[in-house]
Amino acid sequence: MSATRLTGFRVSRAGPLALLQDAGRFGVRHLGVTQGGPADLHAWAWANHLTDNPWGSAALEVTFGGLKLVAERDLTIALTGADLGIRHNDKAAPRWRTLAISKGNTLTFGTPVNGLRSYLAVAGGFCGDSVMGSASCVVREQLGGFDGQGTSLRENDALTVNPVKNRPEGRVAPEAEQRDYRQTTTLDLLPGAQVAAFAGKSLYDAFNAQWQVDQRADRMGVRLTGPKLRCSVASLVSEGISLGAVQVPPDGQPIALLNDRQTIGGYPRLGNLTPLAASRLAQCMPGQTLQLRAAGIDQAVRQHRKFMAGFR
Amino acid sequence: MKPSHLPCLERAGLDGWMVRLFDSIEENNLMWLTALARECEKAFGETLVDLVPSYTTLLVVFDPIRTTPWEARQQLQDILARLKPAEAGASGKLHQLPTWYDPETGPDLERVAGLSDLSVESVIEAHNSREYRVFALGFAPGFGFMGLLDQSLTCPRLDTPRQKVPAGSVAIAGQQTAAYPVVTPGGWNLIGRTPTRLFDRNLEGFSLLRVGDRVKFEPVDQARFEELGGDPE
Repeated sequence: MSATRLTGFRVSRAGPLALLQDAGRFGVRHLGVTQGGPADLHAWAWANHLTDNPWGSAALEVTFGGLKLVAERDLTIALTGADLGIRHNDKAAPRWRTLAISKGNTLTFGTPVNGLRSYLAVAGGFCGDSVMGSASCVVREQLGGFDGQGTSLRENDALTVNPVKNRPEGRVAPEAEQRDYRQTTTLDLLPGAQVAAFAGKSLYDAFNAQWQVDQRADRMGVRLTGPKLRCSVASLVSEGISLGAVQVPPDGQPIALLNDRQTIGGYPRLGNLTPLAASRLAQCMPGQTLQLRAAGIDQAVRQHRKFMAGFR
Repeated sequence: MKPSHLPCLERAGLDGWMVRLFDSIEENNLMWLTALARECEKAFGETLVDLVPSYTTLLVVFDPIRTTPWEARQQLQDILARLKPAEAGASGKLHQLPTWYDPETGPDLERVAGLSDLSVESVIEAHNSREYRVFALGFAPGFGFMGLLDQSLTCPRLDTPRQKVPAGSVAIAGQQTAAYPVVTPGGWNLIGRTPTRLFDRNLEGFSLLRVGDRVKFEPVDQARFEELGGDPE
């Protein structure tokens, strides 16, 4: 943590949910403390990369929009992830590239156009209050964020940044990385231990049906609706749950568990979404449809390493 | 007793293995789980991200860039082949939790008494006369699932969870007991309250309780409860 903290932005209007997220809180899950971190690892990593920040730097995760920020100094930023109708002063703000903004400029987040979560990184990185080794903001646990208390941004908050010497210019993410989240997507799922306990028809349905993203979706988990999945195991003795676990409670409707999930749980699981599939799911609007695809471990590891190689 | 198909390793994503050691909840599981966690810390070193012990399992989360699922599996198999239970004294710090049992702090005391066909005094006595083990932490930071309760106290969760359970609330459900570290919603039966801080970011190690620890509830009166910093509101 840098000793010098500068005010980068001031919040002139708070949206429904804007959270500071570094890579997440690790090494404390055995105490019941959740992982946190960016719901969309892909977009978050690109925002930091474009602004030349090292892996793990804290960026803002803006969900739904609504937020309005005023720059308190000249800054270099990058906006990635969802198109939330973001405006830089009175012009549409370009995403997936570096953008120089001047003191007094405004950034206004509108409403979701394409995807759900937008990431704002600033060259040098935001400077939050590290709690248990991370500034990741988890509202439910009252941990992290700018104040350390797990609060979503509020009107008049000063957003502190680290001083920066080099401000990158003209960086753009490759077009293939600039995701369109409106398309129906297929999510890679690594089958887990209880997969054999599901009825044959249910397994067929799990990987062939169109699943709809439910309204009940947040940083803890996303519920999917579709054919009822039947499992011979109703509940297990509670055990650790890893990122992307797809659990199936007795109502037969799967829930994919994301960054702020509880650390242990007792429903049978189909398996785990890969980290990139979980990222993609975090950008799905309620009502969007998707499919699940059984992935092989070799390919999943290769894909994940290839993605990470550019950043870490 | 370990069933013959156990221990086994189950895939938990591309960065995790679930080590399943047992299939039922026994206090002795903790000696094995504690030993396993310690061996994993030693063997994995920098490649280890998180260890999540629970009643019968240990979830091992590793860094998939620094190691691979195959290397991690081999390491776990090597550990399991030579695993010995931790010595009884090596784990399980004993905590005394002063507890003010009262209908005011334990609004479900009388209902529990009714369900178990005991007097309120006998419920309190049955709850604090035993030493409990912490089987798992979860639900919220520092929330320890402890057991096992005296059979007579076994009672279901509330049909409708409370929106706000006060911090420090001592509660029971099923065959387990717990104390709520912070204000959260909760569906367990409240029978008292402890003034002891269970989770604090400034506390050494953050959480008072660890899996494998032992807990004894000590009945205190309101005066002592407040003296110890308890909030009766």
